[in-house]
Amino acid sequence: MTAPAAAVRGSAAVPLPYRVVRRDEETADTVTLALEPAGEGLEPFRPGQFAMVYAFGRGEVPVSVSGVERGGSGGRRGERLLHTVRAVGAVSAGLHGLRPGDGVGVRGPYGTGWEPAAAEGGDVLVVAGGLGLAPLRPLVRELLARPERYGRRSVLLGARTPADLLYREQVRAWSAAEGLLVGAAVDRPGPGWDGDVGTVVALLGRARFHPPDTAAFVCGPEVMMRATARELVHRGVPAHRIRVSLERTMHCGTGHCGHCQLGPVLLCRDGPVLGWDRAGPLLGVREL
Amino acid sequence: MAATDGADGAVIGTGGLAALVRLLRERGRTVVGPTVRDGAVVLAELESADELPYGWGVELEAGRYRLRRRADGAAFAHSAGPQSWKTFLYPQRVRRWSADRGPDGALAVAAEPEPAVSYAFLGVRPCDLRAIAVQDRVLTGGRYADPDYRGRRAGAFLVAVECTEPGATCFCASMGSGPGAGPGYDLALTEVVDADGHRFLARPGTDEGAEILAALPRLPADGGATAQAARTAVAGAADRMGRSMPPVDLRALLRGTLEADRWDDVAARCLTCGNCTMVCPTCFCTAPEDVTDLTGDHAERWRVWDSCFDLEFSHLAGGPVRSSGRSRYRQWLTHKLGTWHDQFGSSGCVGCGRCIVWCPVGIDITEEVHALHAEARGGCGAGGCGCGAAEDGAAEVGAGGVGAGGPGAAPGTGP
Repeated sequence: MTAPAAAVRGSAAVPLPYRVVRRDEETADTVTLALEPAGEGLEPFRPGQFAMVYAFGRGEVPVSVSGVERGGSGGRRGERLLHTVRAVGAVSAGLHGLRPGDGVGVRGPYGTGWEPAAAEGGDVLVVAGGLGLAPLRPLVRELLARPERYGRRSVLLGARTPADLLYREQVRAWSAAEGLLVGAAVDRPGPGWDGDVGTVVALLGRARFHPPDTAAFVCGPEVMMRATARELVHRGVPAHRIRVSLERTMHCGTGHCGHCQLGPVLLCRDGPVLGWDRAGPLLGVREL
Repeated sequence: MAATDGADGAVIGTGGLAALVRLLRERGRTVVGPTVRDGAVVLAELESADELPYGWGVELEAGRYRLRRRADGAAFAHSAGPQSWKTFLYPQRVRRWSADRGPDGALAVAAEPEPAVSYAFLGVRPCDLRAIAVQDRVLTGGRYADPDYRGRRAGAFLVAVECTEPGATCFCASMGSGPGAGPGYDLALTEVVDADGHRFLARPGTDEGAEILAALPRLPADGGATAQAARTAVAGAADRMGRSMPPVDLRALLRGTLEADRWDDVAARCLTCGNCTMVCPTCFCTAPEDVTDLTGDHAERWRVWDSCFDLEFSHLAGGPVRSSGRSRYRQWLTHKLGTWHDQFGSSGCVGCGRCIVWCPVGIDITEEVHALHAEARGGCGAGGCGCGAAEDGAAEVGAGGVGAGGPGAAPGTGP
């Protein structure tokens, strides 16, 4: 073994062993897994960054970190990573089926983050569609933890049905927090839903913000991010202050496999979080 | 015998070349170089210089590769073959790590050790020398280095051979990567065969190259005649390139072509087979392969070459991002010549011409770029802009995609 440990250390080539310590069912097809390092843990993740999570024998998928919590053994070594995973393919279905005690591999942290420091002093919009709330949750926690740094704060959520809304108990708690506006809209309401019906874009009219000084953080299906960003630009939010998190195929996380290209951008390296000034023109080209 | 050492380098004969292979092998290196096999000049391990393709040349055209005998007995009078050095530095299939699952479900992951192989590459053409430098930047120049590539590359000794016999599909001169050797070699040779004999001008590029060269038998001093002949041959090669790119900023050109009609034209011919990406000496895209053994508790992660022409390449939950042939060819070409600069600080094309030769339908990257250039200038099918599109484009596939005809007038590729 001539590989220098410092060069590998989970971040580049080889996953570090973690263990599932908790599995919370979020929706019919989505779970949040709390992962604790079996030995040494990874470097800390900034909100918006992602990990490559390995389902034994099946493969890896990029998954954003939807939260961190202190592990049983204390200290950063024991820091638990929370990953919210929807079962859509072979690997994510494998992760979805894991139970406490099962082993997984994790590499990271990779990519750019939300970088909320740039939003300090102004109004903040967090706009999430469906599973897009997962990478935004650490950012919402930052807004709740340090309200004095930001202006008016709004969290706008969209989902297909009420049953598809993530983290429902936490969202209820956020609604009770002082100075934080929380809105939710669903495409198809069910019995008992007395909230909004429609797209999350329509909720923008309810949020209070001063567009030139507003920072927006947007994640969801591409069509939803496009509609949201266009509306925000239309209302006067500067394109570079609208940050979106994009999805393309990713296999390596290290800028070597070539799959996550979006024109000049390697999304695993230069993204996944990009300013709309950069992302907008690229997403406007069909099949880029 | 140091008489031929001068500012121009030393002169060695075919005996010196044989000694070079012997010496590199004695030093424990795996010597890889060109040899004739299966109707082509391939790259393979050499046991002696006798296996070099003495007396073989090649005839190249779009979609065509043929060996032909040469009367002069030259060893390096052939241009790029079907392989490139990435076959050895970045193999098609490599194991990255292994994972074992214990009875309690815990995983143990072991990295594949960095390869300890010690290569010597003999006969690296200047275009391929540049290609190695391009892959160095992609695979080891960023925040993360690919450990497998780094291990294979770190110990490799590069013997460049300058190009004196360009093929009809070559365009390194217009990419600035040949026919003279740029930096990066340990030893550079220029082959000269004339009335005065068969010999090589040799110049070291590193201390190790100088040390190896000092140990080789020299030919007697010739007053600089060989060096002069070598310079003339390389300069002459630059003038005999079979192809060229338009003399414009290709990065800027490609950036402006995303909605060009020409993509439909080339998509009508392209089979999306991915041959161009396999033979390209810089294409680096890979896919993972995860396998388990029969116990189910041992798993391995492999890395295999992949191609942006494959539908699976851009697969997302909702389907492939790039489903049309148009978008996949556009991805390859705009990446190679344009966005590669944004991502890795250089062009991804070195002008070797392999993608032209090994395209089963003879799509010619230079012809496509000339056509894109013409379209960007408003369609100069009549010529006169100096880009050569009218000549190149019209002769091979008709002027439909070059001029105002666009995709509606897309020509076929023949009967």
